Amino acid sequence: AALNDGLRSQVSAALKEGRVTPTELCQRCLALIKSTKFLNAYITVAEETALKQAEESEKRYKRGQPLGILDGIPIAVKDNFNTAGIETTCASNMLKGYISPYNATVVQKLLDHGAVLLGKTNLDEFAMGSGSTDGVFGPVRNPWSYSKQYKEKSVPRSHSEDEESNWVITGGSSGGSAAAVSSFTCFAALGSDTGGSTRNPAAHCGVVGLKPTYGLISRHGLIPLVNSMDVPGILTRCVDDAAVLLGSLAGHDPKDSTTIQDEFKPFELPNLTDVSKLSIGIPKEYHAPGLSSEIVALWSKAADLFKNAGAKVVEVSLPHTRYSIVCYHVLCTAEVASNMARFDGLEYGHRSDMKDSTESMYAATRREGFNDVVRGRILSGNYFLLKQNYEKYFVKAQKVRRLIANDFVKVFRSGVDVLLTPTTLSDAAPYMEFIQEDNRTRSAQDDILTQAANMAGLPAISVPTALSERGLPVGLQFIGRSFQEKQLLTVAKWFEKQVQFPVIQLEEVKRHDNGVFQHQKSASFS
Amino acid sequence: LAPWIPVVGLEIHAQISSNSKLFSGSQVQFAAPPNSLVSFFDASLPGTLPVLNRRCVEAAVMTGLALNCSINKKSLFDRKHYFYADLPAGYQITQQRVPIAVNGSLSYSLCIDNKMSQMVTKTVRIKQIQLEQDSGKSLHDDSRCQTLVDLNRAGVGLMEVVMEPDMCCGEEAAAAVRELQLILQTLGSSQAVMAEGQLRVDANVSVHHPGEPYGVRTEVKNINSIRFLAKAVDYEIQRQIEELENGGTILNETRAFDSKLGCTVPMRDKEGKQDYRFMPEPNLPPLILYDAKSLPANMNHQQVINIDWIHERLPDLPSVKREKLVEQYGILPEHSFTLLNEDGLAEFFESVVKQTQMKPKRVIGWILNDVLSYLKQHSLTVKESPVSSFVLADLLNLLEKKEISSTAAKQVLAELWKGEGKTPLDIVKEQKLELLQDQKELEQICQAVIDGHENEVIMMVLG
Repeated sequence: AALNDGLRSQVSAALKEGRVTPTELCQRCLALIKSTKFLNAYITVAEETALKQAEESEKRYKRGQPLGILDGIPIAVKDNFNTAGIETTCASNMLKGYISPYNATVVQKLLDHGAVLLGKTNLDEFAMGSGSTDGVFGPVRNPWSYSKQYKEKSVPRSHSEDEESNWVITGGSSGGSAAAVSSFTCFAALGSDTGGSTRNPAAHCGVVGLKPTYGLISRHGLIPLVNSMDVPGILTRCVDDAAVLLGSLAGHDPKDSTTIQDEFKPFELPNLTDVSKLSIGIPKEYHAPGLSSEIVALWSKAADLFKNAGAKVVEVSLPHTRYSIVCYHVLCTAEVASNMARFDGLEYGHRSDMKDSTESMYAATRREGFNDVVRGRILSGNYFLLKQNYEKYFVKAQKVRRLIANDFVKVFRSGVDVLLTPTTLSDAAPYMEFIQEDNRTRSAQDDILTQAANMAGLPAISVPTALSERGLPVGLQFIGRSFQEKQLLTVAKWFEKQVQFPVIQLEEVKRHDNGVFQHQKSASFS
Repeated sequence: LAPWIPVVGLEIHAQISSNSKLFSGSQVQFAAPPNSLVSFFDASLPGTLPVLNRRCVEAAVMTGLALNCSINKKSLFDRKHYFYADLPAGYQITQQRVPIAVNGSLSYSLCIDNKMSQMVTKTVRIKQIQLEQDSGKSLHDDSRCQTLVDLNRAGVGLMEVVMEPDMCCGEEAAAAVRELQLILQTLGSSQAVMAEGQLRVDANVSVHHPGEPYGVRTEVKNINSIRFLAKAVDYEIQRQIEELENGGTILNETRAFDSKLGCTVPMRDKEGKQDYRFMPEPNLPPLILYDAKSLPANMNHQQVINIDWIHERLPDLPSVKREKLVEQYGILPEHSFTLLNEDGLAEFFESVVKQTQMKPKRVIGWILNDVLSYLKQHSLTVKESPVSSFVLADLLNLLEKKEISSTAAKQVLAELWKGEGKTPLDIVKEQKLELLQDQKELEQICQAVIDGHENEVIMMVLG
């Protein structure tokens, strides 16, 4: 089997028929991880345990009793999910060396389905950021930086310029997971999404990024950023695979009181041929300032694609969109300030050597353990939560949040099935350019198209659409109704089929898998 | 000098009697080895989430109903932030915006004088009852410059009962708390033993002149028994009066009661007012309670709490029990208070009454004067009494049938306390305490005495 095969359609069959074994898959991925180390996508590679898991999986296949489609499939997990026995750092000094005693529910579910846990992926510290550049283990590099497609389009440079300095970011904060999937080192990865942290890097790395409805997938074991907006995110190479992952992860968890009680029924995605009954909404406010003309054109083309296929495409309005950044900032920092209060060095994690008093120990621990981004958000958040500010900021923001959520309710009530928007303002920026602005500015800019879905708790998915003029991936986003993932993914799958996004041409991948370029298609959409 | 009106309010934390903690499954147990009852959530491990304990909610509803509160069908949870070694998450989950029960009342009784002969009933308003987490314990080892932290208690469920400042002195505060304690113990919602930290009381005290606004109040903490509560409150009232009469001012501060010195002292730790940065707890949806009317038809019973169902199953509260005792047995109200005040005494009394022909009005004297005083003298609980209700009833029957005199009965009881397994009849025979019933025999004895003391008889006849 080739590394880019769909799980349900190809890999599963190959494993069942013994054409490839879990151990082989695992070894291939581990080798590829090693040869793509320069991407810095992984913080921890759990080689030993992964091979053991693969071995167990192999035994099951030999007995003819695999646990399901995910049995033996190598998966990577963002390093803000608790994994028992494997370091969980959140890319922070605060948790360097922290070995959690328990598995996050989603991790446990993957393991229960036989998945092979390759390792923990890199991120912005505590998931705060939109570039995966601000973690203590350094930035993640977008695999597309090294792709033939990108190199071909790069302006020829003088010898003095280092090729290295031209690499582009993955986006964030689940950049490690996106890069891992994009570079074929795993078949799927878990990310998290609070303001776009799964969809943003998915778009920049040319992979599928799914943000499920809030309350559908358990957050138990996901180290929280904003409890009322966080969801575990799913990163895969095709929409079908996202549906497979969703099927194994969704459902009520008694350990997470914010998950819904309703029973979740895993589904297979139909191959939609007739879109005439579909109504696609184009929110005009998503024509945001700073949106590149390239992406506007792509967005427009996508709308036409639906129209020409017989779907109803309407312009809609989400009037409170422009308040969402500020609203998000207040609510996010307030919850961050609260969630980070537990990091005091007393029970676990980094503890400062400062011993003068409990207070001084706490202060030094937190100064040493957190980067500037985290500390900045804690200070902001505490400011907004002060008694004298609470009504003005926090309560006000909650009210605005309600208005933003209601915008979506109204639009969906008017008959629109799914919204179509860009995911990002442009293709991935070069790292050197990205770091010219601070984290807060970047986050405010980059989250604009994705965070409203988090505020409203709605499901959203970024689908790789085409390559930009610079040869980098651009994705478009679909936002669906609450708990209507099946409809959302069905539409996304149809769109994916239409656009035929090209496979990344990476030297390293080519070396490790002869089958990859058999399915190569030229970019038909851009 | 113008008179002073003291004003006393109370904040009482009652530890909920439950198997596990308010938001996690670790066990609730007193005096376990340090840090042996700590779940991942209690230790605030990142990524853990609170899950509400049903039993704790039921306990709070029961308590609210017993205190005549309105139960809020929708209540909310909040985070109260501050940094302290015994608060692992850096915040406590509590109910600041909308607590589970509000606007109740508690009736309690006081003796007018010291002889327990006249009782007066008073009422204190209950502002609210809220569910919240207990903190862990920290011990400061100054010699080694370290703080030892035990998280066993972290996360245990508490009911905070807020009593409005309707009380005026230590005696009232003590009586109110005593009554609350009895109610909690009757309900089983808290064991409410102060010595084990299951009931903690903070007093808010101020004084003012009639017609003037309330004075600045101080908060008094570190009160370890009901007796100390009365002392602490009275001391603080006195201290404030003296301070003000000497031209001083009262600071809005927190003071600790020093039981050895019998006074209140300012507490070191508080520097300035804390801003707790209250925020809704995002991991817990609003707590919705139902009653018979609002209960949806197809709800899973495991998932809902029906207030009416709980109301129907409330046991008789102490006040009702007392009324029943008075009515059924014809004893005085003061007697009923004493009976309920001592754990197991009412049951002991009723048991004796069942087994004897002696009227309850006479039995009560024996219970309160003889049995209770002996137990108190020897620091025994009713359960530990060497004399069982059966044995006492046996003795009282002898008295009732006039087989022994009252004095003899007391003598037999004194012997019975030794707990040597002898029956009252055995002792009566041993000590030859039988009353002579035979008229003729009595006449003979009397005649013999008179015959033997001729001179004394003549003296008496002469006057």
